[in-house]
Amino acid sequence: MPENVSALHLVLTGDPALYAIVRLSLIVSLSATLFAALLGVPLGALIALTRFHGREPVIVVLNALMGLPPVVAGLAVFLMLSRSGPLGSWGLLFTPQAMVIAQAVLVTPIVAALARQTIEDLWVEHRDELTAMNVGPLRRILTLIHEARFSLVTALLAGFGRAAAEVGAIIIVGGNIEGFTRTMTTAIALETSKGDLVFAMGLGIVLMSIVILTGALAWGARRAGERVAG
Amino acid sequence: MSLHEPAPDLPILFREVGVLAGEVTILDRISIDIQPGAPTVLIGPNGSGKTTLLRAAMGLIPPSRGHITWGGRAASPPTRRAIVFQRPVMLRRSVAGNIGYALAAAGVARAERERRIAELLFQVGLEGLRSRPARRLSGGEQQRLALARALARDPAVLFLDEPTASLDPAATRAIEDIVRAIGARGVKIVMATHDLGEARRLAGEIVLLHRGSVVESGPAGAFFAAPATEEGRKFIAGELLV
Repeated sequence: MPENVSALHLVLTGDPALYAIVRLSLIVSLSATLFAALLGVPLGALIALTRFHGREPVIVVLNALMGLPPVVAGLAVFLMLSRSGPLGSWGLLFTPQAMVIAQAVLVTPIVAALARQTIEDLWVEHRDELTAMNVGPLRRILTLIHEARFSLVTALLAGFGRAAAEVGAIIIVGGNIEGFTRTMTTAIALETSKGDLVFAMGLGIVLMSIVILTGALAWGARRAGERVAG
Repeated sequence: MSLHEPAPDLPILFREVGVLAGEVTILDRISIDIQPGAPTVLIGPNGSGKTTLLRAAMGLIPPSRGHITWGGRAASPPTRRAIVFQRPVMLRRSVAGNIGYALAAAGVARAERERRIAELLFQVGLEGLRSRPARRLSGGEQQRLALARALARDPAVLFLDEPTASLDPAATRAIEDIVRAIGARGVKIVMATHDLGEARRLAGEIVLLHRGSVVESGPAGAFFAAPATEEGRKFIAGELLV
């Protein structure tokens, strides 16, 4: 059987080893995206709506961090979580939790930077109306996050895509331990180096399907939301 | 029904008010009194300072020099003042959601809001569109929704910045009817327009602005019958004020 047909067979027959890896990958990347959303959206909104000394450099750094190399993020988290690091006592190194932290470090700047830009643009549009309505700072932030909700879905999608596709950070802090910290991307790298292209291609098919499906869902949700909310 | 005790926002007094944008003078030594009563209409060509004067009167722009008082107070939060901008920006919510937001911002209790939304929708003739996304409304409907949103604050003074600019005659008439009804309830209307016909139909007092200065002000009847200045005469005659 050709390799691509065998890979499809693995996917369609629900190979347990393959789907255990897929499950862990989804848990790690979705958790990282969730944490990034919880941190990044308020952070972006705060930077968008407040004026403070050094704001411009903060924005420049935040935008630059969207391109943070995964291996650098992985190394930084590794140093924090290693036995001699400041968070070494937590004992998280080479666990899925460490992988979530590493991916959250990668994704948070993406979400925060895109949220900052979106909310700042919306503030320009809505400033007069909200000021005239005497809307206070907290309600203002919540209103603009609500107004930005469809664009923020796209920002989160970009963050999830980054998390799901990266390998450098999680391989450093997770260790690619079979059955424990092995994800789709680290497994693809390993299996390819071992010459097991069928398994690697099977994971590649699933990974691509997830990325496309997530994009389609986000697009559909955005269109549906815009139809309802205008 | 008033949501709050009447706030003494009137009269609004401008004394030698100047507004600068960098080196450019937008308003120059404006001294006018906005008193309770019939609508005050600000007229003048584009760029004459009408919008800036409205915003300053609303309290959105601090004067660069001179001072403004609202009922004798120098600083007054706009709790009983509301403004409708020339291009109102709708929130991404339904028509009712936009009014509900304004009511919430004005501190109206949640239990009261549904009743007030229904009242306001009826007042501006949008009761059939309450669930429609606000951004899908026509220009005239959006202006009426903006009026409802402004009225949600139960204002004592309502500022209108060219509310019928770019509307067709039917939509203009609908807006003017609503404005008359609001004025008849005792709300002070202060409106900017460059439409002379509209000024004739609505104004009790006229303030003619040109290049950031008040050229002429007084009762509308007297102004239209016999303008006291050359600029007033030219403006009424439809000649270009440059």
